[in-house]
Amino acid sequence: MRQLMEGSEAIAEASIAAGCRFFAGYPMTPFTELLESFAKKLPAVGGVCINAESELESIGMAWGALATGARAATGSTGQGIALMQESLSEITRAELPLVLFHMARGQSDYFQATRGGGHGDYRHLVFAPIDVTEATHLAQEAFDLADRWRNPVQIYGDYLLAHTAEAVEIEPLRFEALPPKDWAVDGSLGGSGRARNINPIGMEKGRKGIEPEPFWKRLQAKHDAMERALPRHEAEHTEDAELVVVAFGTLARFARYVVRALRREGRRVGYFRPVTLWPFPSDALREATGSARRVAVLEMNAGQMIDDVRLALLGSRPVVAIGGISSDSAGFGIGPLLDADNVRERVEGALAGREVAA
Amino acid sequence: MSARGSRGTVTIATERCKGCELCIPACPPRVLAMSQERNALGVPYPELLPGCTGCGACLLVCPDFCFEVFRFDAPAAREGVAR
Amino acid sequence: MSTRHEGLPANARQVGLEKPALQYGVDHDLCPGCGEPLALRCLLETIEELGCAQRAIGVIGIGCYTALTPLMDIDLVQALHGRAPSVATGVKRMRPEGLVVALQGDGDMVSEGLQEVLHTAARGEPLTCVLLNNGVFGETGGHMTATTVLGQRTKNSLDGRDAAYHGHPILIADLLAQLDGTAYAARASVHDAAGVARTKRMLRRALEVQLEGRGFSFVEILTMCPTGWFLPTAQGPEYLDRVLGSVHVVGELKREGRFVPTAQLAQGARAS
Repeated sequence: MRQLMEGSEAIAEASIAAGCRFFAGYPMTPFTELLESFAKKLPAVGGVCINAESELESIGMAWGALATGARAATGSTGQGIALMQESLSEITRAELPLVLFHMARGQSDYFQATRGGGHGDYRHLVFAPIDVTEATHLAQEAFDLADRWRNPVQIYGDYLLAHTAEAVEIEPLRFEALPPKDWAVDGSLGGSGRARNINPIGMEKGRKGIEPEPFWKRLQAKHDAMERALPRHEAEHTEDAELVVVAFGTLARFARYVVRALRREGRRVGYFRPVTLWPFPSDALREATGSARRVAVLEMNAGQMIDDVRLALLGSRPVVAIGGISSDSAGFGIGPLLDADNVRERVEGALAGREVAA
Repeated sequence: MSARGSRGTVTIATERCKGCELCIPACPPRVLAMSQERNALGVPYPELLPGCTGCGACLLVCPDFCFEVFRFDAPAAREGVAR
Repeated sequence: MSTRHEGLPANARQVGLEKPALQYGVDHDLCPGCGEPLALRCLLETIEELGCAQRAIGVIGIGCYTALTPLMDIDLVQALHGRAPSVATGVKRMRPEGLVVALQGDGDMVSEGLQEVLHTAARGEPLTCVLLNNGVFGETGGHMTATTVLGQRTKNSLDGRDAAYHGHPILIADLLAQLDGTAYAARASVHDAAGVARTKRMLRRALEVQLEGRGFSFVEILTMCPTGWFLPTAQGPEYLDRVLGSVHVVGELKREGRFVPTAQLAQGARAS
């Protein structure tokens, strides 16, 4: 049954439908309502939600919960995600299936989400939903893919997603069976000679010392496989487009709306949205911009996704930024770019070959 | 075959001993002393003198798990002055 | 059967095993005279004696003792420096029937992770935190931590810790014992056989508190670090007792609701 639900609540509901039974978090706008939603809903299904005393402790608690084989999540906004970086990096190397809800203040955490601020070589699958409905599907997929690849998965949301109410119906999605989590700790192998050690450096019981290099290379091979298997995108009207507009997340909804309107007026403009920020759908972007004379990148920041667009296209056609820093008086990312007329003006400017001021 | 006045004995993994000497003062009857020998690591190791009581103190304080401790069920033959 | 057992008389009965049953092997590269393996022995023996080998889940911090984890035949989760209490919280909340023990050094728990252990105790999480306190960051080469005592020489307090320049040590057992969520807090020491025996008794009480669901339990174990203390190994135990033990005084600080501060322990009071 469809009901009107704010994004935060819908995401929590979808996560619980996917089997999430542990959440820890620290309040910070615009993540706070997600924590509130989990705090309200988890006890009713026998789950645990802890108000941690810091973001560092939030991710630490999620780490412990994951180690027991539970489906567990945490999240924050950019500043809090910044505090979690060491743990995010090491959890990846410990191959724990964390789901991280990165509720950003706009789009200027793209680098943080995709490059990571933690040490070492590691990658997270990053989904950027366009609306609440897609967020409820991607949240469920996140728990499945995290378990399937034994790797963290991020959902990149924002203030608009968290606070927009949409009519949604949370239908539990069905997934293929997963192998049992026999790596999870429950104490049972104590004294057997085969006790477990969930660790991020390849330590093994009964063997002194570690060999980081083969361990890290194995992880890299897994990330390479993820990069091949997991890119996802949405595209419209790109086959004969002379200009392709590239946008992600909630801002892409405005880009899509404007592109559709311009198409109805006969303008040859196309729309491309990475659904996965990592792996960035480079192959699909190359294909979608095959006939374009120009590629316009619309994002609410000083220019972050544009790097990935340029890397994908490798100079094969001009890439211009038509977005820019855009925020409100509280810095939460609800800025002037979240406006169809503003976006349309910028897209038209790009179509006309004009410089578009940030 | 029991040593004179000993109520127990120990085995010492001298090849693993790191020569820390923590066992020497820990032994209540003071029957551990560093020998003049060296193991393959080039490190001196303890030897057991007569008078061990099998109390296990050495085992408790050895960081390298070098000791096993035994007690004799029958009293040892007493021929000299007990320690 | 060990070749060392040749020549043993027939009436010799083994009373002391080479290693605890829950320990894989005996080979480790920690320094000669290090107290941490003694603490490990106490912990593994106590877990086994409580019949909890298949319930125990260890959460390990980062320090010299991390290298002992290949020897531990219980399920483990490796945490980051300072972060074991929060990881242990996640483990215990999702596996409440587990016997969850966090193991950290003083640099880990009291320097990097002070906030984590305090909050975990305040929340009364029914798990056990074990502190290996030698007053130095051993693994990085012997530097000052939040528990280093005044006058103690370390790599970055070569003239001895000076209150005016370096501030004062933190007596973490007191901080934890005062919190209502803490059901048991004690300090032990492995500088001699009696100390090792007392360490086991305190660990047992702490783990029993967890098994009975009575709240957070804490055991601090003073351990020798002759390398970090610039001492010959044989002088480690005396230094531990005299220098660290006079500040981080051995005894029970919290038991059955009653808090006995370190100052009182120093005057010889007992918690019960």
